[in-house]
Amino acid sequence: MMHIVSQIIFIIAAAAGIGLFAKRIAGIRKNILTGRDADYADQPLRRWKNVLLLAFGQKKMFRNPLVAVLHFFVYAGFIIINIEVLEIVLDGILGTHRLFAPLLGSLYSFLINAFEILAVLVIVSCAVFLIRRNIIKLKRFISKDLDGWPRSDANYILITEIVLMLLFLTMNATDLVLQEKGYGYYAENPTGRFVVSGMLAPLYGSLSEATLVVIERSCWWLHILGILAFMNYLPYSKHLHILLAFPNAYYARLLPKGEMNNMPAVQKEVLYAMQPELAPADAVPPARFGARDVFDLSWRNLLDAYSCTECGRCSAACPATLTGKALSPRKIMMDTRDRVEETGKNIRLNGAFKDDGKTLLHNYITVEELRACTTCNACVEECPVSISPLEIILELRRSLVMEESNAPQEWNAMFSNIENNFAPWQFSPGDRDKWTGETA
Amino acid sequence: MKVPVMSELYANQERPDILFWVGCAGSFDQRAQKITKAFVSILNKVNVKYAILGKEEACTGDPARRAGNEFLFQMMAYQNIQVMNSYEIKKIVTACPHCFNILKNEYPQLGGSYEVIHHAVFLQQLIDEGKIKMKESGDFKGKRITYHDSCYLGRANNIYEAPRKVLEALDAELVEMKRCGSRGLCCGAGGAQMWKEEEKGSTRINYERTNQAMETGASVIASACPFCNTMLTDGVKNKEKEDSVQVLDIAELINASMQ
Repeated sequence: MMHIVSQIIFIIAAAAGIGLFAKRIAGIRKNILTGRDADYADQPLRRWKNVLLLAFGQKKMFRNPLVAVLHFFVYAGFIIINIEVLEIVLDGILGTHRLFAPLLGSLYSFLINAFEILAVLVIVSCAVFLIRRNIIKLKRFISKDLDGWPRSDANYILITEIVLMLLFLTMNATDLVLQEKGYGYYAENPTGRFVVSGMLAPLYGSLSEATLVVIERSCWWLHILGILAFMNYLPYSKHLHILLAFPNAYYARLLPKGEMNNMPAVQKEVLYAMQPELAPADAVPPARFGARDVFDLSWRNLLDAYSCTECGRCSAACPATLTGKALSPRKIMMDTRDRVEETGKNIRLNGAFKDDGKTLLHNYITVEELRACTTCNACVEECPVSISPLEIILELRRSLVMEESNAPQEWNAMFSNIENNFAPWQFSPGDRDKWTGETA
Repeated sequence: MKVPVMSELYANQERPDILFWVGCAGSFDQRAQKITKAFVSILNKVNVKYAILGKEEACTGDPARRAGNEFLFQMMAYQNIQVMNSYEIKKIVTACPHCFNILKNEYPQLGGSYEVIHHAVFLQQLIDEGKIKMKESGDFKGKRITYHDSCYLGRANNIYEAPRKVLEALDAELVEMKRCGSRGLCCGAGGAQMWKEEEKGSTRINYERTNQAMETGASVIASACPFCNTMLTDGVKNKEKEDSVQVLDIAELINASMQ
């Protein structure tokens, strides 16, 4: 009877956890698709190679090898240990205990031993990461970009990962003590000693069997409920990168970094102005130049925003951030995500977007930030998950200049020089080759 | 200086092998003109059949496009492409990474497809082919030189090796800054910053970069971009080190050291 009750509770919890997660992911997908259409389906081979190198292989992370190795432990640990969750889920549904142990035999021991070692590596790595964030206080982690929720978010994730791993090890340790005491179904499913939990077991040797069962079962339940809860926390957190790093690598921009996206609409307008005979009778000027709000950005820019894990490698490399300017590429991504969350909610409530008097430009990202960018591509180069803050910055600049005529006076002078003198400075075009008349 | 102009060659039924795109900095900026002249001097010495557009050259539109003015960029691109296509240009060399990037990456989809190479790569080719021969003991032999990566050459187009290979020909002591290659710090001029005052901050980007360059103890900061050159020269002046630290383009270094 007890078994059946816990099976039912388990199934309900798992279904609710997975259902809520799926609903939230569908919502995020919908939000991303409020962005402009853009084609990223070309060159599938190069794209799969990026998935392999950048997402699975975490190539960019290895620009700093020590941190990359620690990060790889957490990543591998998390992915691989989740194989063990499969057993937990099946045990939970079927009311069994360590279902795979008799089936896999010595392979089972090997796997659990490997998981336990990984669990220790995850704990150590997460501890180092907590120290880097909170004690050593690396510059990119104490930046004002992260004030408030984002800084706590990062710590919650690291602490949760440590707790989940400790639950797993404690579960195995108490299981072993119960096996050795010959207690109930623990003794009926002997697994033998595992490498890490075996060392922890003596800590629990003096406890009563009843207490041990309570600890073992609590760890089992908290481990799986923790995972379900964590899974549902993910899509509200910066940690979503563990999933979106993969599609983001696939849809990464394959053009040379220096190449700005063309605006075919403007290209056509200029062509028709120069050669009116080519203009179709029904030519309509584009509705919008550049991006004012998230709807004007491409869906890829919005996927970027959800993929950002706020690590700040972009801002640490940014010449503007480095020299105390208002611009921080990480903030560009965080603002974009905050805004698309807001517009998404607006659309859900109102059926369609209802003007809220706000836009990404101005209300989230200021003119001063946009003006500070040197388009140097350092942020794009550093991003481990192939995000381009630069693309967003440039689209917003286009809106500023072409829709609002909002440019510093010096830029207006530069524009008029280019237009009239064919050079950004005020020189006579007739003097362009004057240097040829001079001596070397 | 004897510099062939495209319109004259074309009128005489001549076709140069390569168009030298001088760029606005190289044409008008007094400091950058020296780079242009050094490069032309190299072209003349190695007998490359080249020409410039002269008065028919116009701004590529790079600063306008990066500032957000797509209309002006498209107008300039249209005009330049018309001129170059009318001369049946096939190959372009330029000493400006911004012109290089825009001609190579952004003109093709507007109807201007050419083989575009930056002078760093061009000089490397000339050295590799043995067309540039260095003096026995050049002025920069044994000197400590650090190379500053231009963003539009480096990260934008993955050209890191060529300028360093060119500098190796000087037989100098090449040292790297703490931020170099794909990690190189911008000089502060890109994205149309060259034409406006920097936004307010704790320091200027070119001062920061110049500090990094001077930390290497180099007596020459080598660059391959006229704008980087300006920014770093200002940075050195700000430190009042213009007597001990020179900022020179790779073309100037090669021209001074070749036979």
